[in-house]
Amino acid sequence: MIELIKEIDYLPFILSFKLATITTFILFFICLPLAWYLSQTQSRIKPFLEAITALPIVLPPSVLGFYILLTLSHNSPIGHFFQEYFHVRLVFNFYGLIIASCFYSLPFMIQPLQSGLESVNKNMIEASYICGKSKLETLFKVVLPNIKPALLTAIIITFSHTVGEFGVVLMIGGSIPNETKVASIAIYEFTETMDYTKAHIYSAIMVSLSFLTLLGVYLFNGKQKKIFSGISK
Amino acid sequence: MIKIDINKKLHGANGQMKLDINLEIKEGEFLALAGLSGSGKTTLLRILAGLEDANGIININNNIWLNENFSLAPQKREIGFVFQDYALFPNFSILENLLYVNKDLELANHLLKITELEELKHRLPQTLSGGQKQRVSLCRALMKRPKLLLMDEPLSALDPQMRTKLQSEILALHKEFNTTTIMVSHDPSEIYRLANRIVVLNYGQIINDGTPKDILLKTKGSQKFSFEGELLDIVKVDVIYIAIVAIGQQLVEVVVGKNEIENLTIGQKVSLSTKAFSPTIQAV
Repeated sequence: MIELIKEIDYLPFILSFKLATITTFILFFICLPLAWYLSQTQSRIKPFLEAITALPIVLPPSVLGFYILLTLSHNSPIGHFFQEYFHVRLVFNFYGLIIASCFYSLPFMIQPLQSGLESVNKNMIEASYICGKSKLETLFKVVLPNIKPALLTAIIITFSHTVGEFGVVLMIGGSIPNETKVASIAIYEFTETMDYTKAHIYSAIMVSLSFLTLLGVYLFNGKQKKIFSGISK
Repeated sequence: MIKIDINKKLHGANGQMKLDINLEIKEGEFLALAGLSGSGKTTLLRILAGLEDANGIININNNIWLNENFSLAPQKREIGFVFQDYALFPNFSILENLLYVNKDLELANHLLKITELEELKHRLPQTLSGGQKQRVSLCRALMKRPKLLLMDEPLSALDPQMRTKLQSEILALHKEFNTTTIMVSHDPSEIYRLANRIVVLNYGQIINDGTPKDILLKTKGSQKFSFEGELLDIVKVDVIYIAIVAIGQQLVEVVVGKNEIENLTIGQKVSLSTKAFSPTIQAV
């Protein structure tokens, strides 16, 4: 058993977590202003924006993967531009995975952020304006510190969702070791080649890591709620 | 001198109406804004604060806050605002809530001392009672030394004792800072104690403007007590009938004749009056 565990190639896990970390980081900064806008606006385009940002939840990953593949391949203007001027290929490598993951996981970042921001007492935001603080200062000093549970939920769910993605990765990245072969792809391949022992070990590692992260989130959020309702003081 | 001449179309609970207000307020005045709910009181405060837009002019001591093509941002208007739900920042302690406005520690400590909150200054807002929270909110509003203090039903969520206590504190603070104040209130005794002018709104229009004494004392000059109340019950005791009437926070019993009860239905608004030749007045 110990021999087996020592033999395991941990690269797919490292790749999965690297991809998830970078995706979460990028998405956080893209989604924060967008979610803030969506939470504050009463504009008519709001439902359209909401529908577009929620699309990746409903679409089969293959559809998403297909369109991203079309848009980024070197035959497309975008892919061609990057290949020509930056000598960077955008599909079947790690860059392609990051771009695809950002689309795939977008709703999982934006929705908890938006509902967190919407739950903030509007009077509190206005009180901050009246205190003389700009919108940006209000966002960072008053709004974000009061929606810590939503921030954490958004970050963790996005991270876990990216670790767990499979279909899009398969379509955009294929299975290139140390480049695009993430843990979920590795498990798929072990199953295909009937290497059930390794598939078992990989799957067990995924289950335990996922469980521990989620447990952490719920413990933290429970504690935050107590602090903000004044019980633990 | 504050000159307000504004109008705005509102889509309220009672359908469309036009808020049309023309007011001049002297410096240091304490103005109470009364009227039924939906009459535009809160909207007027929000327009003054710059939280909602409107057409017209707001001129504060010759500083333009609003005219046809300009509206000063709420951040730049020198106002304090006390919200009905306090709107404190839950992530800051009491002292930090005050210092968020500006870093004047001396003023913050002074305000906390007047409102007896010194001991609690390092606590988080969630751990305070409603009355204490509202005092913090009042202190925070004064941290800017505002030219205009706006209060939207600041005491309506509090119990009667706490109200009376806070009214005294508001009065003390108003005397010390001499801030021109506009307060939305429904409570006649509160208006009488605090304000030196009352403006009554109805469907967005000013329908009454004067001193609280002139407007609130309905029985002026007629030598009698008169109260409006709600008839809660009529009980038959032996041969007489007793009506139970709720007047404000108090219940009173009145003897009524058999003929009178025929005209009364339980739940209706009634007026209760008597000639007051020799009333007794006692401290409670």
